[in-house]
Amino acid sequence: MSEPTAGPLERTPLHALHQELGARLVPFAGYEMPVQYPTGILAEHAWTRTSAGLFDVSHMGQVRLTGKDGQSAAKALETLVPGDIAGLQPGQQRYTQFTNDTGGILDDLMVTSTGDHLLLVVNAACKDADLAHLQKHLSARCEIEPMFARGLLALQGPQAAQALARLVPSVATMKFMTGAFVTIDGAQCYVTRSGYTGGDGFEISTPADKADPIARLLLAQPEVKPIGLGARDSLRLEAGLCLYGHDIDTTTTPIEAVLLWSIGKERRVVGGFPGASVIQRQIAEGAPRRRVGLLPEGKAIAREGAEIAVDGRIVGKVTSGGFAPTLGRAVAMGYVEKPVSANGTKVELVVRGKPVPAEIVPMPFVKHAYYRG
Amino acid sequence: MSIKYSNEHEWIRVEGDVGTVGISQYAQEQLGDVVFVDVPQAGRTIAKGESVAVVESVKAASDIYAPAGGEVIEGNAALADAPGDINADPMGKGWIFKVKLGNPADLDGLMDQAAYDEFVKSLG
Repeated sequence: MSEPTAGPLERTPLHALHQELGARLVPFAGYEMPVQYPTGILAEHAWTRTSAGLFDVSHMGQVRLTGKDGQSAAKALETLVPGDIAGLQPGQQRYTQFTNDTGGILDDLMVTSTGDHLLLVVNAACKDADLAHLQKHLSARCEIEPMFARGLLALQGPQAAQALARLVPSVATMKFMTGAFVTIDGAQCYVTRSGYTGGDGFEISTPADKADPIARLLLAQPEVKPIGLGARDSLRLEAGLCLYGHDIDTTTTPIEAVLLWSIGKERRVVGGFPGASVIQRQIAEGAPRRRVGLLPEGKAIAREGAEIAVDGRIVGKVTSGGFAPTLGRAVAMGYVEKPVSANGTKVELVVRGKPVPAEIVPMPFVKHAYYRG
Repeated sequence: MSIKYSNEHEWIRVEGDVGTVGISQYAQEQLGDVVFVDVPQAGRTIAKGESVAVVESVKAASDIYAPAGGEVIEGNAALADAPGDINADPMGKGWIFKVKLGNPADLDGLMDQAAYDEFVKSLG
């Protein structure tokens, strides 16, 4: 989870709250972040799957894009991402990726249209590079406002809606992948019904100085407990969701990563984003490798970097692997060569030099429970 | 009977010529929730400092190094179904393996309780 960093670590607006709650703080993407609270990752994971967990994701990068002189910010952004952004209705949210000229992924992000501007949420480790990328390519057409000091709270789990609706009744009827401006504790916030656990939930963008009081207000609800980055990782792995820098990076295309669903139908044909020719060719002819789910036999855990073999021949590598608390067993995802990527294929994962039998299975490992109304 | 500690946070409790090995309270706190333990088989000959077991927490896999060499006489089979014993009772039910000591001098470089407590304190 932790990554090497240079210089002093930054802190989110919830740093004091994390300390009060007894969090174990670790360096992550240049920030001092809670990996777990005293109850531990397994209890936090289970709580999020059955009740509601509050995550501090303020380290992620929030950016506002507004079209200049009547130009469309959505059309401008489409020159950098393959997602259908121009087709977003006000209040609609979409998942997409910044691609490079070879079809690799520079970062993955969420984009929400508010009607008169776009709100982007990008990964913490990539946010400075993403901002520079946006400025380089879009500054003639868009106002680009980094809002890196804002708070971002994720409230996730089957009781998240009930807990948040007690403070903001209007969120109860919001559908998955939509957003709205709301007032919480007297502050204007932007809420989306989305998350990174595979379950129902919300992400709440707050003014920097309101992140702490709003987090405390949420934690005062009986359904809500604080959850660290450790459980965030095990929850997203169960949901089969990609972690940037691990499951996707500049060397993996959205097609190899099985993210074709996130590419607009018209955009697949028309292109107009970096790496379009590579991605269009892979759509037509298939990609040389594919991201798959892996279910190892027994209890050994195949982690990132473990080799995947078929009949003793290396066919790929695990990119994320760990214990799935909901299932009580190990799961993994990784890339394998296309000819051996079908569900049901028997493979071996090399764990500490020993082959562990495993099977390629569909993802998610734990069924998604998004609220679609 | 005495308990000694390695600077890798293993403990060894010696009774006669048999040492019982586990990880310390500090180590289990650092690891977090343990979900799988790969214990050594009885009969295996191990050397001091050799990686002999693996403790997997949700976050990471950690090698367990033998604080003393000899012949493994038992791995804690109960950990297969109750890996959380390492968290709940690291010095008791969470023991990992027992070793028939090959060379009592292996114990010489290890820390006693007071020295280990100081060591942990120095880690902050």
